[in-house]
Amino acid sequence: MRHVTLSANGVRHELEVEPRELLVYVLRDRLELTGTNVGCDTSSCGSCTVLVNGEAVKSCTMLGVQADGMEITTIEGLATNGHLHPVQQAFHDHHALQCGYCTPGMVLAAVSLIDSGEAVDEAAIREGLEGNLCRCTGYHNIVKAVAAAAGVS
Amino acid sequence: MTTTETAGNFVGTSVKRKEDASLLRGSGTFVENLNLPGTVFMALVRSPYPHARIKSVNLDAAKAAEGVVAAFSGADLTEDWKGSLPCAWPVTEDIKMPPHYPLAVDEARYQGDGVAVVIAGSRAAAKDAAELIEVEYEQLGSIADVEKALADGAPLVHDDLGTNECYVWKLDSGDVQAAIDAADVVVTRRYFQPRLIPNAIEPRGVLAQVGPTDDVTLWSATQVPHVLRFALQLVLGITESKIRVIAPDVGGGFGSKLNVYAEEALAVALARRLGRPVKWTEERSENYQATIHGRDVVHELTFAATKDGAITAVKSEAKCAMGAYLQLVTPGIPLLGAWIYSGPYEIPNYSVTFTGVFTHTTPTDAYRGAGRPEATYVLERTMDALARELGMDPVELRRKNFVKEFPHTMASGLTIDSGDYEASLDRLLELLDLDGIRADQAERRARGDAKQIGVGFSTYNEMCGLAPSRILGAIRYAVGGWDSATIRFQPLGSVQVVTGTSPHGQSHETTWAQIVADELGVGVDDIEVLHGDTAVSQLGMDTYGSRSLAVGGMALYHASQKIVAKARRIVAHQLEVAEDDLEFADGSFSVKGSPDRSMGIAAAAFQAHAAHNLPDGMEPGLEEAATYDPANFSWPGGAHAAVVEVDTETGDTRLVRYVAVDDVGNPVNPQIIDGQVHGGVTQGIAAALYEEGTYDEEGNLLTTTMTTYLVPSAAELPSYETDRIETRADNPLGVKGVGETGTIAAAPAVINAIVDALSHLGVTDIQMPATPERVWTAIEEVRT
Amino acid sequence: MIPAAFEYEVAESADHAVALLGEHEDAKLLAGGHSLLPAMKLRLARPATLVDVGRVAELSYVREDGDRIAIGALTRHKDVASAALLREHCPIVSYTAGQVGDPQVRHRGTIGGSLAHGDPASDLPTVVLALDGELVVRGSAGERTIPAAAFFAGVFQTAMGSDEMLVEIRVPKLGSGTGWSYTKMSRRAQDWATVAVAAVVERSNGSIGKASIGLTNMGATPLRASAAEEAIADGGSIEDAAALAANGAEPSSDHAATADFRRHLARVLTRRALQEAAAR
Repeated sequence: MRHVTLSANGVRHELEVEPRELLVYVLRDRLELTGTNVGCDTSSCGSCTVLVNGEAVKSCTMLGVQADGMEITTIEGLATNGHLHPVQQAFHDHHALQCGYCTPGMVLAAVSLIDSGEAVDEAAIREGLEGNLCRCTGYHNIVKAVAAAAGVS
Repeated sequence: MTTTETAGNFVGTSVKRKEDASLLRGSGTFVENLNLPGTVFMALVRSPYPHARIKSVNLDAAKAAEGVVAAFSGADLTEDWKGSLPCAWPVTEDIKMPPHYPLAVDEARYQGDGVAVVIAGSRAAAKDAAELIEVEYEQLGSIADVEKALADGAPLVHDDLGTNECYVWKLDSGDVQAAIDAADVVVTRRYFQPRLIPNAIEPRGVLAQVGPTDDVTLWSATQVPHVLRFALQLVLGITESKIRVIAPDVGGGFGSKLNVYAEEALAVALARRLGRPVKWTEERSENYQATIHGRDVVHELTFAATKDGAITAVKSEAKCAMGAYLQLVTPGIPLLGAWIYSGPYEIPNYSVTFTGVFTHTTPTDAYRGAGRPEATYVLERTMDALARELGMDPVELRRKNFVKEFPHTMASGLTIDSGDYEASLDRLLELLDLDGIRADQAERRARGDAKQIGVGFSTYNEMCGLAPSRILGAIRYAVGGWDSATIRFQPLGSVQVVTGTSPHGQSHETTWAQIVADELGVGVDDIEVLHGDTAVSQLGMDTYGSRSLAVGGMALYHASQKIVAKARRIVAHQLEVAEDDLEFADGSFSVKGSPDRSMGIAAAAFQAHAAHNLPDGMEPGLEEAATYDPANFSWPGGAHAAVVEVDTETGDTRLVRYVAVDDVGNPVNPQIIDGQVHGGVTQGIAAALYEEGTYDEEGNLLTTTMTTYLVPSAAELPSYETDRIETRADNPLGVKGVGETGTIAAAPAVINAIVDALSHLGVTDIQMPATPERVWTAIEEVRT
Repeated sequence: MIPAAFEYEVAESADHAVALLGEHEDAKLLAGGHSLLPAMKLRLARPATLVDVGRVAELSYVREDGDRIAIGALTRHKDVASAALLREHCPIVSYTAGQVGDPQVRHRGTIGGSLAHGDPASDLPTVVLALDGELVVRGSAGERTIPAAAFFAGVFQTAMGSDEMLVEIRVPKLGSGTGWSYTKMSRRAQDWATVAVAAVVERSNGSIGKASIGLTNMGATPLRASAAEEAIADGGSIEDAAALAANGAEPSSDHAATADFRRHLARVLTRRALQEAAAR
């Protein structure tokens, strides 16, 4: 077991984890932040996307021990004081989720994309979401939502 | 009975979803998020071989491993099963239905067939221990190809059956052979529709808890909690009333979670044995073996036509892969399309034959569209082939053959209640700018551009809203197709709706509230919709086959009418007027001619609860239930077009535009309808361009993960253009279904577009999916 | 989805990492982990020890080194993609780093990890090979510089010893007369290239006088399309040279393409890459 200190949604945690525990399972099982979902086993689907030091990362492709000293934002950490983050609100307004399973990862990937300044038009948004797969929506409304949140048409 | 006269505030508007509040915040209750004290974790050992005798299973090392609670082979658990995993649709009297138990005992029949199970205190310990289980296999001959499996000498999946032929099912009407003999033109084409892996983003999972008196609680990522409860009693010998199945939030299904799976039965059996809750979640690569697949069917389709393009006969012969075993609906999937091999066209002579074939592969079963995409694909591809033969425009050929008057009884015997295929096509053409596309195409061809464009059409109908129970009985389906709703007006005016449908992304919590809100004259926010837990929703037939609105929604409608009728009686009694003297609008009963004398429906609900002054003999409370059995299937239809750009040097093909015009009857929530169309067409587009579950000859799965089975991302797709025309269905709400229309229509539109892009080179066919290599090879073949 | 158990060590510096590699048999370096962890999750790779170099900040840099740009092996793809020095002096590297995987991969994956993994389907190895880059490797016996042409030995195999670590990558500064292209064809945007071509050309007299052409996913290692390069050097046209792009290559067949189709793609994409490089 290794000692890991990490901050999740602004809350500091001291944990003992096995080196082989993936960050996604540390978040889900140890910190009971079950909003981050596992959808595949080849880093293909992006459902597990969280922000690590502000950048989108697939938490299934990171060991918990690699996150020592880092700040993690999960979907649970996006809303503030009960108010949805603008990206969450845009997803709601534009019906950008159906079953909701890919949604936490998709929202955080979108947050990271917008923060990077790269969400400049539809093509860039679609390219920027290449690592996040959805089976329900066909992406049409997701792209609309991200464009709205980014302030582009 | 008096009819409701409500203004209709919510139906037809894009009310935002109630489901989002929890899902957007990451508070979804997906099975993997649920935990009970003392839970242990299950891991399966699966046959790596497509066909093998199981000679021995050595559990010693696994049982001794750290954290392991128990381990069992298939042989250890035979006493736990009262019956085999059910197949609900023995489509013919002489269908071969081999037994299918949760773990294989003597013989593994497909790669992924479960042979042993280990239970440990953590997921990791179970996975580590599973590797320590030693199974001695003797490999046997195996076959994956659906046609080769029927050949003499092919390895048999079930030896004792003496054949891989599972069934032959036919539907004949008129005289197809005479029509073919008399025809000016006969076009016959062969199509292979590859295996598709449904790939809902949430893998399957279960959590089973069994109490000391065999009371079972099973949480499962399922589309069918009611069906599952019913089936588990057959498999486990536990009476249905002691079984509670809960579908919590479910992350997509598309038919793959419409089933009764080995792991569901295993988790309950093991929880019963161990006295501890048992949990299991698929890994994705495990899902590719252990969860049902779609399609895998070879068709030969024939049209007979006059030289003017009037189609006089359709003949379809299909060989349909069952896989190694019959899961819940496996043999019936092709049949779900059996009555629409004439599509939206008027074709007087009709013959369809399906041969179900066992192969050493993962069982097939329902995948979005279930039988109807397969039918539509072969029809719409052959329409283009016929148009080429006749030298006719493919759009005009379709229009010429459309059914023009409704209701229309097809040669296949079923009656389409309403539709307007011409209006859909007209609207499509308005949106498409076909002239512009043809001009662009001509210019590129003249210049000899590397990148060519093409446009392809798909005009379709489909039959959904499963299903009239009498017809299900007549075609040998084991149970019925009704659905149920209970509406409970609480004393202080809020409304609880309990539905028998089981949404997993389809937004029923929102749309059912819209329907009931309009019928009762209350607000959408006053209504809570409950579903998915058999302890709460006692009656239902769950969600699949685009049935929930047409059947479940109608149950809501009828339950609402009963609520309003009872409330009317209460109000009439208390206002001392005749029931007919009351008008009901906007949630309020008022006396005709004296509108100041009124009572709101919520007030009537309180009166029902207080019971101080109710008509003689009336029971207190304002709660009504209705179970609705549809009289007919539901008949959406429409016209779609795809525009593709093909790089003729590399074969790389991109979808540039996709335009969908659909008739789904009275729209309840336009934004949600559009979302269903977007998602549905995307799966059809993906089948046309990206997805193919491939096996080698022997049945080893080659596309084992999401890196080789290609589910497209947003980067691969354009935004869509959607519109609707509306013909009301023959039910009081006028609603049809929409969940599968996109997937039914889209694949042939895309393939037709690719063929169109390359038609000037002489290309007439491309195998799905149209990979760059297939496209390039098709170009090379006509070049030489 | 759950790797087999392993020992875990954290390296404080490059030298510490080398020492740890020497101490543990069957040890692998963990940088971004986006090549190694996927293999471990499927239990295709089961190293006994992981040496985590993710905190060795000293190896994350992009700096001028005379007529070359030196890139620390642990520089993440997104930082390689945005490095001003590379954009100015060797833009084929910054551009290609921006094409690797998807944004999440680029936030964690490193150039050194990608090169050391030795996957012939990866993008950056091809580019470094086309540039005749140099790989600086440190082991218990000290540092050595391996030319790219000698670095890639086979599928997932490099010339590094089991106790050696890639520490720096050196690529040439490209002059103003140099054009470049990385032309990649993949099934989906997030997928590895079916085939890709890295082209670095020297423009002369309206055409190209010299070309370095690297091929992705055309064999067991990234390859140079030598026959095509020679044709250009001999004054041949882009079309004639591209026709020779697949000479000597033995690509494999997989779900994305057969070997023959890969050869065809190599020819087409080489032509396009050369044309784009010539026009840049």
